[in-house]
Amino acid sequence: MMNPSWNNVRADFPILHQQVNGKPLVYLDNGATSQKPRAVIDALVRYYERDNSNVHRGLHALSMRATDAYEGARARVAKFINATDPAEVIFTRGTTEGINVVARSWGHAHLKPGDVVLTTEFEHHSNLIPWQQAARAAGATLKFVPLLGVDGEGGPDLAALDKLLTPQVKLFAFTHISNTLGTINPVAELCRRARAVGAVTVIDAAQSIGHVPLDVRAIGCDFLAFSGHKMCGPTGIGVLYGRRELLEKLAPDETGGGIVVSVTYEDATWKPAPERFEAGTPNVADAIGLAAACDYLDALGRDQIAAHDAALVQVAMKRLSVLPGIRIIGPRAGAERSGLVSFAFEGVHAHDVVTFADEDGIALRGGHHCNQPLMRKLGLTSTTRASFYLYNTEEEIDRLVKSLQRIQKFFAG
Amino acid sequence: MQDLTDLYQSVILDHNRRPRNRGKLPTANRVAHGENPSCGDQCTVYLRLDGDRIGDISFEGSGCAISQASASLMTLNLKGKTAPEAKAIYDDVHKLVTTGQVDEGNLSDLAALAGVHQFPARIKCATLGWHAALNALKGDDATATTETHKD
Repeated sequence: MMNPSWNNVRADFPILHQQVNGKPLVYLDNGATSQKPRAVIDALVRYYERDNSNVHRGLHALSMRATDAYEGARARVAKFINATDPAEVIFTRGTTEGINVVARSWGHAHLKPGDVVLTTEFEHHSNLIPWQQAARAAGATLKFVPLLGVDGEGGPDLAALDKLLTPQVKLFAFTHISNTLGTINPVAELCRRARAVGAVTVIDAAQSIGHVPLDVRAIGCDFLAFSGHKMCGPTGIGVLYGRRELLEKLAPDETGGGIVVSVTYEDATWKPAPERFEAGTPNVADAIGLAAACDYLDALGRDQIAAHDAALVQVAMKRLSVLPGIRIIGPRAGAERSGLVSFAFEGVHAHDVVTFADEDGIALRGGHHCNQPLMRKLGLTSTTRASFYLYNTEEEIDRLVKSLQRIQKFFAG
Repeated sequence: MQDLTDLYQSVILDHNRRPRNRGKLPTANRVAHGENPSCGDQCTVYLRLDGDRIGDISFEGSGCAISQASASLMTLNLKGKTAPEAKAIYDDVHKLVTTGQVDEGNLSDLAALAGVHQFPARIKCATLGWHAALNALKGDDATATTETHKD
């Protein structure tokens, strides 16, 4: 699209070259999970065929190779997000686990009755429910930065934020990019304001990782969580980034082997981060696959990927917004938004839309997108979402629009 | 994939566009709510029991065409029935949407749901309203969810 290497991008993804229901697959469910390039699949196969072993406690050749590859993956991911130190990268199962670790470990140690935990009205359930639990356990209060606009087009209410950010706020958790609205939050600005009242910041980067350049030091966050599978990496691996200073003061969430210095029948002492937070045998293979995904994305250039996503979503907004009876939520056409469009059709439920699109070989997502309170606020029960990534094309948007027109015609009778 | 017109038969589309007995029932003496947590579909069923018979029935909710049409058809088929009769009809509907096999005589317009069995992901859509209705008949006001019931 914008540089010659982009011509071959689709060839890097074996799964894209198949027919679904007799039509070439159009994969537009990247917000749920991305597809995997050959380089990532090969890294997994290579590890299992040559190096598979348990890490850290072995002295034999395979164990040392596996340990080097696993710790090399940690260093690679640290570089990918510009962390100061690989020890700030904790491998998890995904975004959800990362946020839960902070909510339980940090929440248990620091939240008291009367404290406030702040989040927004448009978080994924995985960045809402852990805070409900943590606040309830501590007797703290959970508050929400309002979302502006009847269609959520206005983003977070930054004027309200200033009033909400009192010294009682101990933690502010927010998404980088909304999985339902496509809103891109001004994360550095939000962190700056939170820091001014001494609040710890937690960012859900599930939708931004691998889609836009991401630099934890430029953002200035305390914690940031993401999943590998949404950035061309394997499922089952994710990262919790935490500033070292905070991690060193945090107790482990899960305990067991691999995290201890010394154990008696009565007690144990902890290793420093990151080992302190990785009890048991870690997910070595998928961490290595994740590092391969970092290499793949950086070879293309995340600024280029962001530009590609942005160009596609503007085409999609233009084409979709003229369909009769459509209600698009999130930023208006022409305004900045991430590479996804979420919409409702009058008279056609999202699940019917998704079923018909599937008949045309198009993979979409329909439902509440793990965002039930937001749906209720917008007066919706579900939307259909098309989410784009580096391998999607304008021709695929044509196919989507034609399919949606067919669906509308069918249900209009 | 099976042809979608098997699933979205004209009876289904008609009931989706013009649902029968939709809305609150002011005279209801039984209410039950059903939810499908995997997709967010909701259905509330209002019943008025006159003695042991369903004197009137209505539903409210949101969901796909299959769930709305099935609930609409349900209200037409359950009115005037006793609880054991309603259960027997549901058993036939359940067999229909899971196997596609139907005793036409028993089900009449409900036979339009036969296509559902080719789309296993949609069985829960077709049965949501029925779960709520059976709960209402039992006087069970706990939310019926498609996750705790067998389809």
